[in-house]
Amino acid sequence: MSAKRSRRKGSALVGVLAWAAALVFFFPVLWMFVSGFKQEAQASTDPPTFLFAPTMDQFEAILGRDFTPYLLNSLMASIGSTLLVLALATPAAYALSLRPVPGWRDSLFFFISTRMMPPAAIILPLYIIASNAGVLDNVTMLALVYTAMNLPIAVWMIRSFLLELPTAVLEAAKIDGAGFLTEVRRIILPMIAPGLAATALICFIFAWNEFFFAVSLTSTRAATVPVFLTGFITSEGLFLARLSAAATMAALPVILAGWIAQKWLVRGLTMGAVK
Amino acid sequence: MTAVVTPAPARRRRGPGPQKMPLGERWSRRGPLLPALLLVLVLTQLPMLVTVYYSLQSRNLLRPGETAFAGLDNYAAVIGDAHFRGAVLNTVVLTASVVLLAMALGIALAVLLDQKFLGRNVVRTLLITPFLVMPAAAALIWKHAMFNPLFGILNWVLSPFGVERVDWVSEHPMFSLILMLTWQWTPFMMLIVLAGLQSQDPEILEAAKVDGANALQTFRRITFPHLRRFIELGLLLGSIFIVNTFDPIYLITQGGPGQATTNLPYFIYQVTFRAFEVGEAAAAGVVVVCCTILIATFALRVISSLFREER
Repeated sequence: MSAKRSRRKGSALVGVLAWAAALVFFFPVLWMFVSGFKQEAQASTDPPTFLFAPTMDQFEAILGRDFTPYLLNSLMASIGSTLLVLALATPAAYALSLRPVPGWRDSLFFFISTRMMPPAAIILPLYIIASNAGVLDNVTMLALVYTAMNLPIAVWMIRSFLLELPTAVLEAAKIDGAGFLTEVRRIILPMIAPGLAATALICFIFAWNEFFFAVSLTSTRAATVPVFLTGFITSEGLFLARLSAAATMAALPVILAGWIAQKWLVRGLTMGAVK
Repeated sequence: MTAVVTPAPARRRRGPGPQKMPLGERWSRRGPLLPALLLVLVLTQLPMLVTVYYSLQSRNLLRPGETAFAGLDNYAAVIGDAHFRGAVLNTVVLTASVVLLAMALGIALAVLLDQKFLGRNVVRTLLITPFLVMPAAAALIWKHAMFNPLFGILNWVLSPFGVERVDWVSEHPMFSLILMLTWQWTPFMMLIVLAGLQSQDPEILEAAKVDGANALQTFRRITFPHLRRFIELGLLLGSIFIVNTFDPIYLITQGGPGQATTNLPYFIYQVTFRAFEVGEAAAAGVVVVCCTILIATFALRVISSLFREER
């Protein structure tokens, strides 16, 4: 009886601690979200203003300030690269799992090692090559760079999903005389569809949030949402409410994608090593 | 979310060994792999070779006519450059502090989340959010809303403790960056450790309880040894990513005041795009890659041990 009560007390304590930690960690995000609905004068007060009449002014101002081209560039670069990643990574993952090439292990580790390469070490040649080829400040170029950046993660993730397919099903398909294409289209792809969706969300998250390549390889025509935010570096003037509105719009797509994909997030972050 | 590792690739699926496989079969198996391999090679390995080549040349984009072979001069110049050595030191301080703090907090939060309590899924969702917020947006929000000396939240929270009007970014630039990055990376560590905790065999934990082990003993003797590889993986992957920190440095401190928070990626960015010193930037890049390879070798070893586990 007393053991039970102390356990219940312990679990209440755990709950309180966990909720407190969650609120501390979430507060900056909440504050960003809330401040976007303020007037500038309400956003920069000491002590902070918690009660106010919400307004959409800042969001309208941001959308009026040429935010749309940045948004479109971000969408094209992230969605384009994600689709290309899936198209390239799915066959590659197949060739590294179900019907492996000789030396598949080396290829697998080669992929993962490229993900660990510091972007700063290759930015200069990429810049010079892009500049000579006339594709500097070009969304397609940016999408290709993001594809190379995300391919290793996607190959590892999709491979880990392929390896979870029950062998019996694959063998049954062979016995029933299913050809290679039928096997892929009717059995493998439908079964790993949730895995492909998870992989797509992870790749989208990384591409959407990427800043270093975007700020180095684009300037006016192909600049993405994070590059738009660099307009808020200065400390001069009152613009916290407007910054919050812009940051909210910039961050929201990935926050939602991440919440949806949270079950698979750890698999993506550790390249399939941890599930 | 419970299982640990990439399951073992079943051997019987592998078919005959590479020597016995006919040539046509070998290429039909390789086919699907090649497009992905080619793209990654062209966009990452080729530029890396070019970087190595540039690092051996004296080359400035502003003086295109004066390119010449320089041998190891750029490496000597970079290593002799006090700014470069400062950047190395800043990188080490920043990475080590953030990785260790985020891991300590991540373990604590993962242990909490491994218990049952009301609203556990909501708490987990809230806790992973800092990692999802676009880093550029998060950096600017921290700079202007949290760290501001006049109306920042940090000063307001600390005001009951006698802290007043601290200008965090200019007075404590490194601390500010470490705080912001720890906030951002704790969820990453937490998720990895949590996956480790949840992959424990419940029967072993039950057996420990039956044998009369208390919670602390169970944690020290059973849980911690099981978690060790997950913690190692988190530390190594975290280090590899955090060494490359760029967004908050560009957006919060611009590497300053002076060079106080210039880390290696920001140093290379400046040498490349502000001074256009191609040779030196490339040499600095090669040095960074060598350091990363050192960490990555250990990371790959841990990944491959997780990978082999279920064989």
